[in-house]
Amino acid sequence: MQPILEIRDAVRVFKTPEGGAVRALDGVNLDVDANEFVTLLGPSGCGKTTLLRAIAGFEDLDDGQVRVDGADLRRVPAFRRPVNTVFQSYALFSHMSVARNVAYALEVAGVGKDERTRRAGELLELVGLEGMETRKPSQLSGGQKQRVALARALISQPKILLLDEPLSALDRQLRQQMQVELKNLQDEVGVSFVFVTHDQEEALTMSDRIVVMCDGRIEQTGTPREIYRKPKSRFVANFIGETNMIKVTFDGKGTATSVEGIILKVSEAAPAGRATAVLRPSDLTLSDSKNAPAHAILGKVRQEIYLGAELHYLIEADAGGEYWRVTAKDEGVGFHTGQSVALSYDPDVIHLIEGDA
Amino acid sequence: MMRRQSLFLASLLSPVTIYLGIFFIGPLAIIAVFSLLEPGLYGGVVWNFYHWNYGRMFGWADGVIEYYEPIYLKILWRSMMMAMFTVIACLIFVYPVTFWVSHLSQKRQMFFMFLITLPFFTSLIVRLYAWLMILKPSGIINDALLWIGIIDQPLDMIFTRFAVVLGMVYVMIPFMFLPVYASVERLDRSLIEASSDLGARGWQTFLKVILPQTLPGIAGGSVIVFIPSVGNFVIPDVLGGAKGLMIGNLVEQQFLDARNWPFGAALSMVIMTVVLTVMLIYALKIMRAGQNVGAS
Ligand SMILES: Nc1ncnc2c1ncn2[C@@H]1O[C@H](COP(=O)(O)OP(=O)(O)O)[C@@H](O)[C@H]1O
Ligand SMILES: [Mg+2]
Repeated sequence: MQPILEIRDAVRVFKTPEGGAVRALDGVNLDVDANEFVTLLGPSGCGKTTLLRAIAGFEDLDDGQVRVDGADLRRVPAFRRPVNTVFQSYALFSHMSVARNVAYALEVAGVGKDERTRRAGELLELVGLEGMETRKPSQLSGGQKQRVALARALISQPKILLLDEPLSALDRQLRQQMQVELKNLQDEVGVSFVFVTHDQEEALTMSDRIVVMCDGRIEQTGTPREIYRKPKSRFVANFIGETNMIKVTFDGKGTATSVEGIILKVSEAAPAGRATAVLRPSDLTLSDSKNAPAHAILGKVRQEIYLGAELHYLIEADAGGEYWRVTAKDEGVGFHTGQSVALSYDPDVIHLIEGDA
Repeated sequence: MMRRQSLFLASLLSPVTIYLGIFFIGPLAIIAVFSLLEPGLYGGVVWNFYHWNYGRMFGWADGVIEYYEPIYLKILWRSMMMAMFTVIACLIFVYPVTFWVSHLSQKRQMFFMFLITLPFFTSLIVRLYAWLMILKPSGIINDALLWIGIIDQPLDMIFTRFAVVLGMVYVMIPFMFLPVYASVERLDRSLIEASSDLGARGWQTFLKVILPQTLPGIAGGSVIVFIPSVGNFVIPDVLGGAKGLMIGNLVEQQFLDARNWPFGAALSMVIMTVVLTVMLIYALKIMRAGQNVGAS
């Protein structure tokens, strides 16, 4: 099946006021399938917004192509693109009622009044705002504005919906609720979503596929599990949640040895040589050093942080090196600072990133 | 608690109240009262109730002591028309320029604002006489046009209503610029992008988003330009001659030449009432339009 959106070697260079140049997009290639929920994830300034704006038609590419349904959009102005945007600031028309905002795309397309009213009603129902037709945007809460912006962008049945950090202005609880709602909505309307965020948790929750960006380039593309479990680079591993990264030498036959001499058992197949072992804090199990399992790493608790459902520990290995981060469920018994402990793990969960860097 | 708060508020607001009372309401009350008094023989007033001041304008004068003249209302009407043309011309000049300025760099914007306020540094009279030099039969424009050969008779530009409106536009442009610029500057660019994202063409975006969003500035600028234009007497004095007479000149004459203070006061009251009413209707209309402009 042909992807609905194809981006080929996209390059966008901005001149900085200081006379330099920023490569906001530096050769981006990306395919998005129909009905797919793709998230662009990356730190601030990595080019996410620029990529969205290039798709929407607000930003010209210096090089490369944006294709929708196989058609090159180079000469197609924003108002003709079958792509709609939900803006970070919502960008609702404050002088119009909610209903007129939602029906705006139909209004400018010359659709009749009755049809517009009917469709706006449908869309408002879809986003759970029935009965708010006559309100002004200023009379809505942040979450409601968000829904109006969604309804407005969806009413003309675009092929692709672009969302630029739409949840970042909401408080935590509402954000989590909206994450679920957005995902359900996307399933319901069957439109491809390209969603931008710098919040890795948000990306993991919602996406069919995550695209991790860094400095105008795509670092890695994959399902949330792939991105979390098999990061291709230290950057990705670091960006997606807390992690332990240990520089090791791998013998190619299941044993990795760290600089400090800590031995790690690895099931993953990888070529021999230098590598970085990635271990998530929740993959490590703490036990008393007196009954340490085989291959356990011995160390001492340096810090314990109680977070309610979870406990976070920093463990210093007896062999030295960086502190290990461990997350444990609060099961009544904790380990206290200074206590000797053993760290054990399942060799299946260790991931190796090849190379020196 | 409440009492203390309201006392505190009262003490805070009292200077403003007293100031407005003495320097604003006071003179207004005097004018209102004078407009209903008998004119003194050599200026001033005689403290008798006297309704003919209004009668002269609206048609219940006796034709013996006081004469009814429709010319007063005609001149008021004409002044309002001239003020309206001034407002429209200012808008046409200013509106596109504000967009251009709002796209300039911060530094250039500041420089432009400085340029806009530059005329305030010289006397209005001097600047109007400069226009006299430009517009008169042997002035720069006529000389140039004669020299090129487009005309063989100097154009009658000075001492016309055109000259007055031109002068008023020239004087009022900064007053139109500032409020309109403020609203254009505040205009959220993402609204324009949202509009075109949703399929609106340029003119649709202008009509349905940009214009309504900047309407408060346009309304504000219009009011600020219209009011002093209707009652202006300095500009028509210098540039208007007999043909360019405005209602402000009439009031001026009543106080300074005819020494008929009550009639001058009555004229002022009528001007104020009419202008206030017009402005009120205009403001209401604009506010309602703000929500419906471009709706179909
Ligand atoms: N209009 C612009 N002019 C100059 N530089 C820009 C412009 N837009 C973006 N940039 C630069 O391009 C880079 C990427 O920006 P952006 O796409 O907004 O990042 P993100 O959305 O991932 O935070 C940044 O370094 C930013 O400073
Ligand atoms: Mg951004």
